Amino acid sequence: MKLIPLFIILPLGAAFLLSLSGKRKGAFCDIFSNAITLLLFIISLITLYNTNTQILPLIYKVGGWAPPIGIPLVVDSLTAFMLLIVNFISFMINLYSVNYMEKFTAKSKFYTLFLLMVGGMNGVVISGDIFNLFVFFELASIASYALVAFGSRAEEMEASFKYMAMSAMGSLFILLGIVFLYSNASTLNMAHLSEVISNQGINKTVIFSSILFILGFGIKSAIVPFHAWLADAHPAAPAPISAMLSGILIKSLGIYSLCRIFYNVLGVTTSFLSLLMFLGAVSIIVGGLLALGQSDLKRMLAYSSISQVGYIILGLGIGTPMAILGALFHLFNHSIFKSLLFLNSGAVEYATGTRDLEKLGGLREKMPITANTSLIASMGISGIPPFNGFFSKLLIIFACIKSGYIGYGIWAIIGSVLTISYFMKFQKSAFFGPAPKELESTREVPFLMQTSMVILSIVCIFSGVIILPKFGNYFTEPAKNVLAQGKDYKDMILKVTNEK
Amino acid sequence: MLTYFLCLILFCVGLYAIVRKRNIIKIIIGIIICEYAVNLFLALFAYKMNGRSPIYSPRQEIVNMVDPLPQALALTSIVIGLATTALLVGIAIRIYEKYGTFDITKINRLKG
Amino acid sequence: MKAKNNSDNKGMSLIVKTVTRIFVGLILLYGIYIVLHGHVSPGGGFAGGFIIALSYILFMLAFGKEEILKRIPERMISILESLGVIMFLVIALLGFSGGYFFYNWLPKGMPFKLLSAGTIPISNVALALLEVSLGLFGIFLVLVLLKFAPKKDLEKDEE
Repeated sequence: MKLIPLFIILPLGAAFLLSLSGKRKGAFCDIFSNAITLLLFIISLITLYNTNTQILPLIYKVGGWAPPIGIPLVVDSLTAFMLLIVNFISFMINLYSVNYMEKFTAKSKFYTLFLLMVGGMNGVVISGDIFNLFVFFELASIASYALVAFGSRAEEMEASFKYMAMSAMGSLFILLGIVFLYSNASTLNMAHLSEVISNQGINKTVIFSSILFILGFGIKSAIVPFHAWLADAHPAAPAPISAMLSGILIKSLGIYSLCRIFYNVLGVTTSFLSLLMFLGAVSIIVGGLLALGQSDLKRMLAYSSISQVGYIILGLGIGTPMAILGALFHLFNHSIFKSLLFLNSGAVEYATGTRDLEKLGGLREKMPITANTSLIASMGISGIPPFNGFFSKLLIIFACIKSGYIGYGIWAIIGSVLTISYFMKFQKSAFFGPAPKELESTREVPFLMQTSMVILSIVCIFSGVIILPKFGNYFTEPAKNVLAQGKDYKDMILKVTNEK
Repeated sequence: MLTYFLCLILFCVGLYAIVRKRNIIKIIIGIIICEYAVNLFLALFAYKMNGRSPIYSPRQEIVNMVDPLPQALALTSIVIGLATTALLVGIAIRIYEKYGTFDITKINRLKG
Repeated sequence: MKAKNNSDNKGMSLIVKTVTRIFVGLILLYGIYIVLHGHVSPGGGFAGGFIIALSYILFMLAFGKEEILKRIPERMISILESLGVIMFLVIALLGFSGGYFFYNWLPKGMPFKLLSAGTIPISNVALALLEVSLGLFGIFLVLVLLKFAPKKDLEKDEE
């Protein structure tokens, strides 16, 4: 209970302490920021345990003000699920960037922005107030704009500008949506907002603001008509940041906020669900087809992110408990293997200096750990049976067929075949075959980079067990229940609020 | 009611500038116009005829008080907009430094 | 400009400098007034901090950037800015003494008393005097100080 505000205090406080240390190089920045992210990971594990032992969500009243007036921090099972993902991935990536960021000059500034982004994402996930969600949302976004441009080469500047222009538009749509909701309901607390809206019934203002939310969160989570920025921004960033952006930023900012607001606050309607299903299915195919034609490794992975996010959106759009479970499980899996793949691409770039698939080849003997971890991640993402991606895709496709959307199920299967084909191309041209002469002297990457890749690949192999009820009951199942109970969310929150 | 629509038209003017203009600086100005339209909207719907500012004062009945929250929200969104704009302008300067132009059709080293 | 010691050559004309010399202090004072009265009248940390930053920027425009960097070095700006945020965080953390993050651990406010309203004036000061004013000024300074060499990178790539 007392631990909840630490998710915001620790990263933000550490970020500004690090910015005090200036441009000084040395071990201090590395150890300090790694310690902070490790601590956050441990706290998120404790929080997950706490939410499992309690039935009602935990509420922290900031400043001692009761919720309709003050800003509450709410931790329910979905929040705990997201917090664990965010903090685990950010710890792994922080470990990786110790060695990777050596070649950039201002490492302490990198850690400052990194921790600001982690703090922003934790804030988005944990906040129980819709405007506070927006503020943290912008904190994470602004830190990510700066991080995309961190290398300060021409391409990075261009990508960052595109990203910023699109993303600023998305933020403005969301802000306008929040303003419309506030003008209608005169409250910003999510539970109270939900109560007021269900008392009033759905009127035109709510419909207009939900359209604005779909536009805004659609831009943030790069669903297909709004995907143009992602393929530029994610490859241009340094590899750890690409992993952060693709692994967790689009999920906590886009998908989490989308489901929290629509499922728990506004309430889902059939037209909204069918729109989500359609957008998800289009994302799967378009992302997959675009990824197939890429020769730049990171660009291919970025398009693959669009395709995989399509699966999550499709699962959320079907809306049955099984589909939501599949979507959340795929969200977890995707954050694991996509960040692992981006870290692999960073390792390849670190060792060889290029990420053009046509110039690579035969790295299997030279970089065994990178090759094997990327093979595991590729098999995970393409859904080869013992790995985690298989089970989540299977759940989504089963749910499609069970609810009678056989067409969407077939689209999802086609998307999966596309995924296998472009990852086979990646494996074949990067790690198998003869090595070009320029890559003769390639060596394996430093130890810490290996460590984080190996840990992520171990998680990738074994997280398939979450499908079993014995493990899933503590992790994905309660998170699914939060979404599946829909607008009963407000009753739970209000019950806790009124007790004290 | 008309004022709300005028406010939305202002938002659409900004949107037009973002989508349609080729100059980076004009795109930034478009984003700023959009931001101000949203802030104006916040101020507009909180407006009350003959409303009184919600500051406590002695010997005075607090009647017809305006809602203080939208002003705080507008201030917060101004701060956020300031940060975004500063970053956008900084990046625009660096883009000019690298490419020697503000024309977005000539800034096309990324493709695919 | 080789005559570095002769500060009259830097910046704007004599008229602007004289007027600025009179007004910059008043603007700074007005900003501080708005910050300190933020809890009893309209205004507060951000508005006041903005006015303080404007006074710095006016000074810089009139006298040139060397003059102000002599008084506040660039490094100092970023340190003080971080200190402002940390000060704000410490005020929030001290709320844990009352049981909650951001808890108001000082006596509650009284109407029309300047020295009241708990932690709000202190937060205002931390935000305005350090964070907003120096942050804005820092942004302005960074945009001015960017080394400007257009087309350099482009030519290098084309070679």
